[in-house]
Amino acid sequence: MIPLSGDIPNSKGAICENVDSNSIVRGTSTLKRGFAHMLKNGVVMDVTTVEQAQIAEEAGAVSVMVLDKLPSDVRKVGGVARTASIRIIEEIMDHVTIPVMAKCRIGHMYEAKVLDETNVDMIDESEVLTPADEYRHIWKWDYTTPFVNGARSLAEALRRVEEGAAMIRTKGEPGTGNVAEAIYHIKKVNEELRAIKSIYDSDDKQDLVKMAREFKVSYDLVEETARIGRLPVVNFAAGGIATPADAAYLMSLGCDGIFVGSGIFKAEDAQERARAVVLATTFWEEPDKVKDAQKMIDERQSLLGLDIKNLELKMQDRGSTV
Amino acid sequence: MSKIKIGILAVQGDVTENFLATMASMSELGIDGAVVQVKTVEQISSLDGLIIPGGESTVIGQMSLVNGAIKKIKEKIESGMPVFGICAGMVFLSKNSQDRVVGNVDQPLLDILDVKIERNSFGRQKDSFEAKISMEPIGISSFNGVFIRAPSVSETGSDVEILAKFNEKIVAVKQGNILATAFHPELTRDISLHKSFVKLVDNQS
Repeated sequence: MIPLSGDIPNSKGAICENVDSNSIVRGTSTLKRGFAHMLKNGVVMDVTTVEQAQIAEEAGAVSVMVLDKLPSDVRKVGGVARTASIRIIEEIMDHVTIPVMAKCRIGHMYEAKVLDETNVDMIDESEVLTPADEYRHIWKWDYTTPFVNGARSLAEALRRVEEGAAMIRTKGEPGTGNVAEAIYHIKKVNEELRAIKSIYDSDDKQDLVKMAREFKVSYDLVEETARIGRLPVVNFAAGGIATPADAAYLMSLGCDGIFVGSGIFKAEDAQERARAVVLATTFWEEPDKVKDAQKMIDERQSLLGLDIKNLELKMQDRGSTV
Repeated sequence: MSKIKIGILAVQGDVTENFLATMASMSELGIDGAVVQVKTVEQISSLDGLIIPGGESTVIGQMSLVNGAIKKIKEKIESGMPVFGICAGMVFLSKNSQDRVVGNVDQPLLDILDVKIERNSFGRQKDSFEAKISMEPIGISSFNGVFIRAPSVSETGSDVEILAKFNEKIVAVKQGNILATAFHPELTRDISLHKSFVKLVDNQS
């Protein structure tokens, strides 16, 4: 089982208080990581409007992620991509019952504080937006709201967990409609997990210390991860997912769920496609059901997609070395 | 004595945690049985007990409707199979559910637990909390309640027994073979609630 404890001493995000005569605690690791556990086997959909959020909810999305522009438009328009309008986020929160997430720029403590005050259910410190601090991510233990972060290697994932991320999404290349990078990165993380698990099983502490130094994270976190043989938080796949078959494939690689960005609302058959991606994620173990889901979409209406080799901007590189 | 078989509805949500808590409960009670993750009508047909885990009730409901699981589950509960609904599972079991902010939502429900549910009753994720809960009617005097965007019960039918309240809101109920909590016992190390459900199933079969 994924351990839920992991609080650092005196984390500012964890708050004790008295409600009537009962003492309660909020913002603990159990509550933040536990929230991510409730999303498992689900699809989180990128949305920019209330209408899209409602389509997502009706299609069976487990949560929506509010952006100002979908990743493929961020790519096209260029300029600086920032957190979405608070008014739109609030409007969406008032119209759907599922959790609402929003993105902030990497390292932008105050965009995060604004989202925390807005009461979004989870904050995504995301490479889709223009990074505000290339050298430091947000210290996420300071927040009561849980965070999700992207990663394309085990080292990157564990650095984010050590900073307080309650959930990880293995990165793809956002806004491309090309699933290749998402597949590559989950396979890489799986491979690295197998490697440290075998070091753990051989009881070679010294080699684990070496890994911790290489990963630039604490020994305890590496040891715990090696012991359980998986990421210590829920891990979704993200970036470039455009079809039901894409989603089912990533589920089969051991992802706990799926983020879909431009893949749905940049396609011309968004409503059907949203439903189809959820069906394929839920029933990924049954190929006939995945086929039925795939049949609901029309390939001629898919997001056209981009070849990753020719990209000027690789969003996945952002924040990954620190 | 025949082996009991408890299923965890594996449509969406925290299935593994419930699977492990149920396994641990069986072994601690010394009850011979199997725990299985279920999704299809055939799998559900052979069960002696079912746990509907935490997750998003809208998703669990919609996806259970797709393959006909919802009908089978209802049929099994009506014929006496014990069921334990947690958070989203509690909402899914209910006859009536409304969201605190959005109000009426058209979502598939099992329509079997005679209560009215207020979804997201304590607020959004930031308001999620842990607190001590007491469930005296089933002999659990202190339990760490983990409430994540939790619902509460706003009205109960005459056959519904209230097991626990928090700040005047009803957070755990029992109606015959149906057990339901607004909080997540599977996210704690305390398996006493899962144990009492396993005992309920064992006594039935």
